[in-house]
Amino acid sequence: MRVVLAEDLFLLRDGLVRMLQAYGFEIAAAVESGPELARALAELEPDVAVVDVRLPPTHTDEGLQCALTARRERPGLPVLVLSQHVEQLYARELLADGNGGVGYLLKDRVFDADGFVDAVRRVAAGGTAMDPQVIQQLLSRRDAGDRPLGRLTPREREVLELMAQGRSNAGIAAQLVVTERAIAKHTSNIFAKLGLEVSDDDNRRVLAVLAHLDGDR
Amino acid sequence: MTTDTKGDEVRAQAREAVLAAVRGFVLAVAMLPVTVLCLTLTLLSLALVPIGIGIVTTPWILGGVRDVADIRRRLAAEWCGVRIPSAYRPVPEDANPWTRTFRMLGDPATWRDLRWLPVDMTAGFFTALLPAVLLLYPVEGFAVAAGWWRVLADGHTYWYGFVPVTDQPTALGAGATAVVLLVAAYRLTPRLLTVHFRLTRAVLGGDQGELAERVRVLTETRRDAVDTSAAELRRIERDLHDGAQARLVAMGMDLGTIEMLLEKDPERAKALLSQARRNSAEALEELRDLVRGIHPPVLAERGLGDAVRALALRLPLPAEVTVELSGRADAPVESAAYFAASEVLTNAVKHSGADRIWVDLHDADGMLRIAVTDNGKGGAVIGAGSGLAGVERRLGTFDGVLAVSSPAGGPTMVTMEIPCVLS
Repeated sequence: MRVVLAEDLFLLRDGLVRMLQAYGFEIAAAVESGPELARALAELEPDVAVVDVRLPPTHTDEGLQCALTARRERPGLPVLVLSQHVEQLYARELLADGNGGVGYLLKDRVFDADGFVDAVRRVAAGGTAMDPQVIQQLLSRRDAGDRPLGRLTPREREVLELMAQGRSNAGIAAQLVVTERAIAKHTSNIFAKLGLEVSDDDNRRVLAVLAHLDGDR
Repeated sequence: MTTDTKGDEVRAQAREAVLAAVRGFVLAVAMLPVTVLCLTLTLLSLALVPIGIGIVTTPWILGGVRDVADIRRRLAAEWCGVRIPSAYRPVPEDANPWTRTFRMLGDPATWRDLRWLPVDMTAGFFTALLPAVLLLYPVEGFAVAAGWWRVLADGHTYWYGFVPVTDQPTALGAGATAVVLLVAAYRLTPRLLTVHFRLTRAVLGGDQGELAERVRVLTETRRDAVDTSAAELRRIERDLHDGAQARLVAMGMDLGTIEMLLEKDPERAKALLSQARRNSAEALEELRDLVRGIHPPVLAERGLGDAVRALALRLPLPAEVTVELSGRADAPVESAAYFAASEVLTNAVKHSGADRIWVDLHDADGMLRIAVTDNGKGGAVIGAGSGLAGVERRLGTFDGVLAVSSPAGGPTMVTMEIPCVLS
């Protein structure tokens, strides 16, 4: 699997390159600025891009803008965005095209190599990887006065959180140490309580949940 | 010895009197055409503003008027020690003529200049010329007394001042008057020139009360700003000291222990490793919160509009944010505006009991306006520990103001205005 990596801090870039290579990824390019990233995305056609939000030369949200532009040109181009901070605002922009293949994680998540690599693979496969903090923000914002959400049991809420992060039933089952069938039961309950249409497609399911959480009350 | 000193004094006084007369004369004669020209060109240029030409010429001409006024200010300080403050608002060098014209016309100092021009060409001209007249008129008086009256009063009465001259005795009377006038001139001319500059200061110098008030406000807001930033630094120091720094120390200690345990007790080493990782994650989390409190990353990345949008998304209430900004303000203004908005929003969430908030950001006429409205129970006031007093202080540093409209029963509308230029 070919990866384009954009990160301006040498130590982190180097560490990511070594980690991804150790997990069998091929690094198509590891760049350190916005213009280089734009060129690499256009020319190398990677399977997935791992991009830092803030990049030189402006040190604003150049990485994010590059990623959004590239996805407009190649809809569904898998992009995993990393940042020192997560904002629902940015998550919303990344999810806006409804295409999936999007990840948005705190840089801290690279501490957990297995979890991080799993997120990269999920995004490359057209799935979603949203940082737990984004989901927490979404949920805490909806907690005040969201009736359907209030009807979930604590276990269902836990499942909902993991589902919104983009995990598959198998992944959620592994995390909560229960069977996949139990998770499947929870998810159908959640969908019924939130009034969402059940879908077999994992990606569509995640996007529907995220859209529900981010929607206006 | 004493006589010598006295003679020196008299000579010095005389020199000063003559100097004042000459200066006044030069000032009156040289400046009159200049001020007349300035006034004419200004009026002409202002009249041409509606058809567009004036937009281009007005900044030039008003700039010239300012130079003329500045020369007079310098002369006032150098010749008579009269200080006239020059207090023009700065006009950006690269601004377009339209902005320059209206920025200059919006400056009260411009209008003071324009009031000064007609005053200077009348009363100013007269007061500047007076010392010279007072010094030269006695010369004529002496000439009259010396016999020139015969030519001047040939068959009729010649008036020297208030003395009718018809023959030698009256001519001598004129001479005596001239002596009195000369003594007066000797004593008064320097002070008369000062009168001219005092007049100039009265018209050109602006309102002293206004300046005093401005100084008071600046002193107060500066003290607040210094206090606030010192308190902020103390808070940051404390947070770092008790938070991230302590965690890093703990991590270092854990790593040392792990090194020791690695071979003896791998199980415990493993447990400590995960503890070290947890500590590093928590240190990062604390640093992230700290950074958000110093300068929110979204503000740096996207500017005020998106930073407030991101802020609104973190609120537990639905908040509608409307942004109409023509550019970005300077970083300190942006930061102050952000934290002010943040404080007002926190206030609304905590105290208003509202279930909906509206935030409106826009800029017009060199003002950045932020309005936060909620549908809560109202009754918000500045002060009384409401946090709004802090916002007012924060904005005060930038000459910003805070207005609160919060009748009992709601709704509450908090409006903040900061003068600033967006680019």
